[in-house]
Amino acid sequence: MMDVIVFAISAAIILGGGLGVISLRNPVHAALSLIATFFGVAVLFILQEAHFLALVQVVVYAGAVVVLFLFVIMLLGVDQAEDVSTEPIVGQRPLAAAGAGLILLLVLGGLFLSGEGGDGGSVALTGQRAAVTPMEDTQDIEQLARDLFTRNILAFEATALLLTIATVGAVVLVRNEGGEDLVVDDPGSSVR
Amino acid sequence: MLEAAWLIPAFPLTGFILILLIGRRLGEPLAGWLGTAMMGGSFLATVAVFFGLVAEEEPERFFIQTLFTWVPAGSFSVDIGFLVDPLSIAMCLFITGVGTLIHLYSIGYMHGDENFSKFFLYLNLFAASMLLLVLGDNLLLTFLGWEGVGACSYLLISFWFKDEANASAGKKAFVTNRIGDFGFMLGTFLVFSAIGSIKYADIIVGANSGALTVGTATGITLLMLLAATGKSAQIPLFVWLPDAMAGPTPVSALIHAATMVTSGVYLLIRLNPVLDLSEPWSLSLIAWIGAITGLVAALAAVVQNDIKKVLAYSTVSQLGYLFMAVGIGAYVPAMFHMITHAFFKALLFLGSGSVIHGVHDEQDMRRMGGLYKMMPITAGTFIIGWLAIAGVPPFAGFWSKDEILVYAWDVNPALWAVGLVTALLTAFYMTRQVILTFFGRTRYYDAHTDEIDAAFAGRIDAASADIEAAREDLVKAQEAIDKAIGDLPKREEAIEKAKANLGDATAAVEASDPDTEGHDKLVKALDKAVKGISKSEDALAKAQAKVAEAEAGFAVAEQAQVDAASRRQGLDAARRNAPAVPSHVTAHTAAPDVSEFEDDLPESYKARQEYHPHESPWTMTLPLVALSGLAIVAGGLNLPFTKDLHFLEHWLEPSLFANEHKLTASGTEKIVMAAIAVAAASIAIAAAFAIYWRGKARPEAVENPALALAVNYDKAIASVAGGPGTDGFNGAAWFDAKVVDRAVNGVPQLISYTASKSRSLQSGFVRSYGLVLIVGTGALAVVLLRSLVL
Amino acid sequence: MEVTETWYLVLSAVLFSLGAFGLMTRRNPLVMFMCVELMLNAVNISFVAFSSALDDLAGQSAVFFVLVVAAAEVVVGLSIVVALLRRQPDATADEFVEMRG
Repeated sequence: MMDVIVFAISAAIILGGGLGVISLRNPVHAALSLIATFFGVAVLFILQEAHFLALVQVVVYAGAVVVLFLFVIMLLGVDQAEDVSTEPIVGQRPLAAAGAGLILLLVLGGLFLSGEGGDGGSVALTGQRAAVTPMEDTQDIEQLARDLFTRNILAFEATALLLTIATVGAVVLVRNEGGEDLVVDDPGSSVR
Repeated sequence: MLEAAWLIPAFPLTGFILILLIGRRLGEPLAGWLGTAMMGGSFLATVAVFFGLVAEEEPERFFIQTLFTWVPAGSFSVDIGFLVDPLSIAMCLFITGVGTLIHLYSIGYMHGDENFSKFFLYLNLFAASMLLLVLGDNLLLTFLGWEGVGACSYLLISFWFKDEANASAGKKAFVTNRIGDFGFMLGTFLVFSAIGSIKYADIIVGANSGALTVGTATGITLLMLLAATGKSAQIPLFVWLPDAMAGPTPVSALIHAATMVTSGVYLLIRLNPVLDLSEPWSLSLIAWIGAITGLVAALAAVVQNDIKKVLAYSTVSQLGYLFMAVGIGAYVPAMFHMITHAFFKALLFLGSGSVIHGVHDEQDMRRMGGLYKMMPITAGTFIIGWLAIAGVPPFAGFWSKDEILVYAWDVNPALWAVGLVTALLTAFYMTRQVILTFFGRTRYYDAHTDEIDAAFAGRIDAASADIEAAREDLVKAQEAIDKAIGDLPKREEAIEKAKANLGDATAAVEASDPDTEGHDKLVKALDKAVKGISKSEDALAKAQAKVAEAEAGFAVAEQAQVDAASRRQGLDAARRNAPAVPSHVTAHTAAPDVSEFEDDLPESYKARQEYHPHESPWTMTLPLVALSGLAIVAGGLNLPFTKDLHFLEHWLEPSLFANEHKLTASGTEKIVMAAIAVAAASIAIAAAFAIYWRGKARPEAVENPALALAVNYDKAIASVAGGPGTDGFNGAAWFDAKVVDRAVNGVPQLISYTASKSRSLQSGFVRSYGLVLIVGTGALAVVLLRSLVL
Repeated sequence: MEVTETWYLVLSAVLFSLGAFGLMTRRNPLVMFMCVELMLNAVNISFVAFSSALDDLAGQSAVFFVLVVAAAEVVVGLSIVVALLRRQPDATADEFVEMRG
């Protein structure tokens, strides 16, 4: 019973946050809605016994990614409210709704119309069952760590490389030629 | 012996390369001797191969010598191979034989020309191409030779290309030939698609075994007919041959009499199994094209005044005979006539070249005449050639032409009738040519129309100048009169004054005293006055005398002007009545009387009086004699009396595969035909003598209608070619431009249109791209999930 | 009533489509980025849901990696946005049309 209530509240927060992101005019408000969504997702993770992931979700997403978003918003001064009412590209809104609706329908359709049993997924596509790493009773962080460092070691190292590249790329992209520091003319002007 | 077949074209080809490399250095006459030696070598090789072939049994007379593979393209493999069989060796014999004689002749003819070695270069290349054409064992090698002779014909016709007319003639020949080449190529393609090979051996086997349908065979026949029409100068593609006379005479003899123009007929005879399979109407077409060409060309030859143009049209006419023979299936008579024609036509051309050389490059027959005294060998050989072509027995032309006429009678009397009329005309115009050139008064020394015009023009100019001078004198005299009359009043005034003086003085003397001093003075004054009067009267008299003088002078000038004008008028009248140079001459046409103004005639006339036409050197007369000998005896190749004498027919049997028409005429019929032919020739010769020697009828009466008829045929052909023909070409061009080009250009246009419409998808908006991405993902999901759902 | 994985998956689907719609609709580049984050989170939810339903740890490892990659993506993406917006401070996504064909 508790699960249902927790789920319902989390779902409400998540969807509310999502709606906020897509509809709020001020980007700072949208970022705040995003935080709400992230927290809701974290609660859902905890509900499914994925504690470590919930932790990482909050720390990385809500704590780092959104903060980064806010930094950039404030730095560049793009926090002016966007004019959401008009749509310059002809037919974009209806088509976007249709496209998104299509995805929704497909997923729901795939979800509800597929046959019973666990023969979806990889069996439907490749005819073979995927390898399963069953979850044990120990803490999931331990399991996760073991899985990460043994079965997914290659991917792990690759992500390390990826992060390095991303960092280097970021530096290169925003670097001022001539070695000047990033200058913002009037820091105060970004706060209205 | 048969192995020497490759030497036949190799000799002149070697000659070509050698002259190319060292010809300029060899110079005259060594380059000429080299070329002639190479042709002689080729002739000896041909004789050797001939004997090799004779040594074989009759069914075995079919030898292919393959040198190497030329085009190894899978199923389409073409060799450089030589087909030695009776037909090709017969052609090679007379090509190399006559060719050698013509090379020898050219040494004398081209003497002094600055491009002497280049001439032999081209001649040897031509000979090599022609021999390749004849000896080739497949259609492609024949086509190589075909194109080669066409190119050499262009090079040789335009040999003196600095004169624009010669260059144009060469171009005309080449372009007209090219139309035929198009037919050859299409025919080759058709043969290949029908039989799968272009070797003659395979074609013959394929035709005899039924690999060719009647339709395909007819198509091949018609296309090869087009090719032959271009090369052998039949209607409507004969127009290049008369213009080709712009080249040096040996070229006319070799290419346009003996060899190149026979290659079309050779092609048709070589493909006789295919011809045999095709529809009968296509063969009738060949025969009628030949017959009509023969007739029209003969009509045109009657009115020609250039000695070479007569022979050119004569060649077209005789080629018409060959075509007619091929069309009716008379292959042996066609070959027979081809051989005899090569002899006597080359003889006639070389003879005409000798004449031209002898009269110092004069080519108009109306300015020749009486040359037999000055050029006996040329005249004698030319007369032999004349008798041969006119069909007078026992010379060669009679036997061969008669064969064709007999076969024509057997197949279609209408063809025979046309052939007979052509033979009649042939005899007529050749007799005309002989009379005008060699007999009668030597018209060489006569003044030409332009020279008489020049003489009169000089005198008339002088008279006009006189008139001008007289006019000026008149004006001057008038001025003198006016001046003299102007003086008179002055003098009269002086007299009046003197008289008054006298009166005064007299009165003074009378009034004065004689004793006074002044009396003497007055008396002196009186004397002076008297003297003064006489002086004045003298002056007046002088002035009046001057007036009379001036008036006399005026009268003289007036008379002079009248004289000059009347003189000029007299000259104009004299010029109108001046001796005209007739446009149609006979042997005895009188010379224009130029004695009155002989001194005024230009330099060209005076130079001509000094020159004497003379015989040509031995290098030119020897070939003439040789060819005349052949023209006499060549009839022996295929005498009709008994079967045993049909040497040529027996010889050519293996190449003809029994496709020739079998004569159904009886012996009596043949004799009757022969008699009619001889009678026709005799009538024509007699008529020509009557008109041109005895002057019984005016030449215009015959020449003008003939010209009109020939021109009308020409106009008819032009209207067909120009009207529907041009319409056809325009239609094809329209089709190409509108339909084909539209299709070809339409594809890229369609692509371009589609692309430009698709371009609008690339709006540059990231969000649109995102939309497309999402929709695409959805589609992908549909595909992947289909198996699940369904 | 029990919370089965189907509920999670439905939620995930709805969140995903919301994110897609927002991506196609909003013009502010940063908000567009946030919508991408929404989508990624929706996928994370479904991964974890499957992981717990199928008793397979692979789902959670997947989430881990998605997280890392998302973070890297945000870094690079935001630096691009910064580089672009430095030149045109008030630009929206619609103004970058150099890719127009």
